[in-house]
Amino acid sequence: MAQRAQPINLRPVATWPGTCAALGVALLVLGTLAAVALRAEGGRGFGAADWAALRFTLIQASLSALFSVGLAVPVARALARRRFIGRRILITLLGAPFILPVIVAILGLLAVFGRSGWLSDLLGFVGLAPVQIYGLHGVVIAHVFFNLPLATRLILQGWQEIPAERFRLAAQLDAGPRAMWSLLEAPMLRQVLPGALAVVFAICLSSFAVALTLGGGPRATTLELAIYQAFHFDFDLGRAAMLSAVQLVLTVVAALLALRVPPGEGFGAGLDRAVSRWDGSGRRTRLWDASWICLAALFLMLPLLAVLLSGLPGLLSLPASVWRAAWVSVQVAALSTLLLVSIALPLATSIALGRKALGEVAGLLGLAASPLVIGTGLFLLIYPIAEPAALALPVTALVNMVMALPFALRILVPRMRQVMNQSARLALALDMRGPAVWRRVILPRCRAQIGFAAGLTAALSLGDLGVIALFADPEVATLPLQVYRLMGAYRMQTAQGAALLLFALSMGAFWLLDRGGRYHAEA
Amino acid sequence: MLRLDAIDINKGGFRLSGDVQISKGTRVAVIGPSGAGKSTLLEALAGFQPLTGGRILWQGEDLAPLSPGKRPMAMLFQDGNLFPHLTIRQNVRLGIDANRRLTAEEETRVTEALARVGLAGLEERKPAALSGGQQSRAALARVLVQGRDLLLLDEPFAALGPALKAEMLDLVAEIATESGATLLMVSHDPQDARRIADQVVLVADGKIHTAAPTAELLDNPPPALRAYLGTPAAI
Repeated sequence: MAQRAQPINLRPVATWPGTCAALGVALLVLGTLAAVALRAEGGRGFGAADWAALRFTLIQASLSALFSVGLAVPVARALARRRFIGRRILITLLGAPFILPVIVAILGLLAVFGRSGWLSDLLGFVGLAPVQIYGLHGVVIAHVFFNLPLATRLILQGWQEIPAERFRLAAQLDAGPRAMWSLLEAPMLRQVLPGALAVVFAICLSSFAVALTLGGGPRATTLELAIYQAFHFDFDLGRAAMLSAVQLVLTVVAALLALRVPPGEGFGAGLDRAVSRWDGSGRRTRLWDASWICLAALFLMLPLLAVLLSGLPGLLSLPASVWRAAWVSVQVAALSTLLLVSIALPLATSIALGRKALGEVAGLLGLAASPLVIGTGLFLLIYPIAEPAALALPVTALVNMVMALPFALRILVPRMRQVMNQSARLALALDMRGPAVWRRVILPRCRAQIGFAAGLTAALSLGDLGVIALFADPEVATLPLQVYRLMGAYRMQTAQGAALLLFALSMGAFWLLDRGGRYHAEA
Repeated sequence: MLRLDAIDINKGGFRLSGDVQISKGTRVAVIGPSGAGKSTLLEALAGFQPLTGGRILWQGEDLAPLSPGKRPMAMLFQDGNLFPHLTIRQNVRLGIDANRRLTAEEETRVTEALARVGLAGLEERKPAALSGGQQSRAALARVLVQGRDLLLLDEPFAALGPALKAEMLDLVAEIATESGATLLMVSHDPQDARRIADQVVLVADGKIHTAAPTAELLDNPPPALRAYLGTPAAI
């Protein structure tokens, strides 16, 4: 007997465009991987420098994960049990590093923790030596800056998911801090922490821009940075391909680990809800929580404040090269966002209509794909037929799109599912066909999510310092690359001004698109 | 005539079968216990639920090859009958053609339909800005402009109070009479059936029973119906 839960003709829009989009992305990722694999030269083996890069990659990712998650526990705990003015803003701010350009954060961190930064000045007053930010601990500090907020949000979510009844029960039993810990908090953390560690570890594995600016040298080079150096300094394509292959194995393993984490973290579903709590009202715990919240807020906001303060003087006298780079960046981001919307929308629709495999494939590819590996592959493919530098900008836009795709899908798919559940039958009953379903139902009802996803993509693309470094010649630069070049030329004031411009552009693009999507949109 | 020719439905292990004929223009109540398959029957008619056997024929034509939107039916679901982001007028327009702009003459029909159900002046509101009864009226206005031969109601008024529900059923009856449409409506309540239905189809124990005149059937219920209704004195 013919039994199908959802016959094909019962979908209000076709799913083949989504399938094509997924195939396109898979072809890009896997095709570049194949190019890398074919070119990788196993014969010469893995040299001492390569082993060092592998070791450093693993060590810095482990340390970054441990510190980010370890520090996030007391911060999340404090946020979970305190209500204070500004709590909501602080939790929103925890999402900001996600769209903050890495190079901007680096300049901020340098201004606070650098040799001549605020912290060193402070230490100088009491006669201590200035801190040294370059090397392993600099890389880890920067990773903690980016991932402490993410880890805090993940863990805070775990706290929020403890049912309010449990807290009521615990309060009734007069459970002290230790009993609270063993009854409620420890079991929750045992569930949440492995996932948080895996996610941060996976993210830090493919760290490029941080290692490029704060690392370097034989003792602080990540694999991604080594790939770049193999290109940039030695033009050793075989070695770059081999390193890419190793990096790929690492990221796939880490992505498989991280994918076992239950989804739905991240974009703040109900995180600003404060559950009524009856514990932790003692003065010591209040002080303890307050200090953690203040420390975390300072750690996150001081570098941003530093970017603002140090950038303003340079902003007024930016050279034409910076404005040119800014214009290039805006174009790349616009192209990237356009590509994203045209790929992610059909893909999300197909996933929402039951093509689940597409979602899993796209998610895994997106997580496992490293920009530098895709970049290497594209370079290898393009190099024999065209001048890679001539294609630097479209390639950057394309790679940025692939990187943003998993996040965009995470935003779009749940909403798309909801819209389809509510409206698919009605649309079918009214004989509404594909284009009309798009125009009349999907686009208007998903506008807020499309705006959010587009805003994220534009901001990520504007701030990206990755594949562009491989492809660009001295004539072409995006704004992040220009900032990096200015830093390398020790033109710090101009670099800081350009960083402030980049900061404003990223946040502005995000705000504009996100706001535009939500403007007059209804739930 | 609507003919269910030895149809058989298998929905994840739940089976429903029957052989029923309904003359054109009849108003039929589909009654039976919860979970007996009343909604499944309507979904099969509308084309949302594939048959595992038999045929559904309207005026001698097999409906199997037709997708839901191409069938000669307008259906109202339990909920979600209006797009929440469109105004009432925009929602009703979709009943004439969901895929193109309407002509001036068609726009007039939309306005008339809205006036017919008592929503004149509220055309530019969105569903959320209307009461439950007004939302039902808007959905009925769309059914009106759809002008289909068959009208299927899957308890769209279940959330309304008794008085409002009776008012809506009367409106449905009027619309069905005016347009000559054949009406099939799912109901829990024998009173609904008495109010507007000429005939009753009982769905129980995996069977779709043959249609029978309402009063006759409800006054002398066969065993399966008696089990559902409880004591005959109650009705």
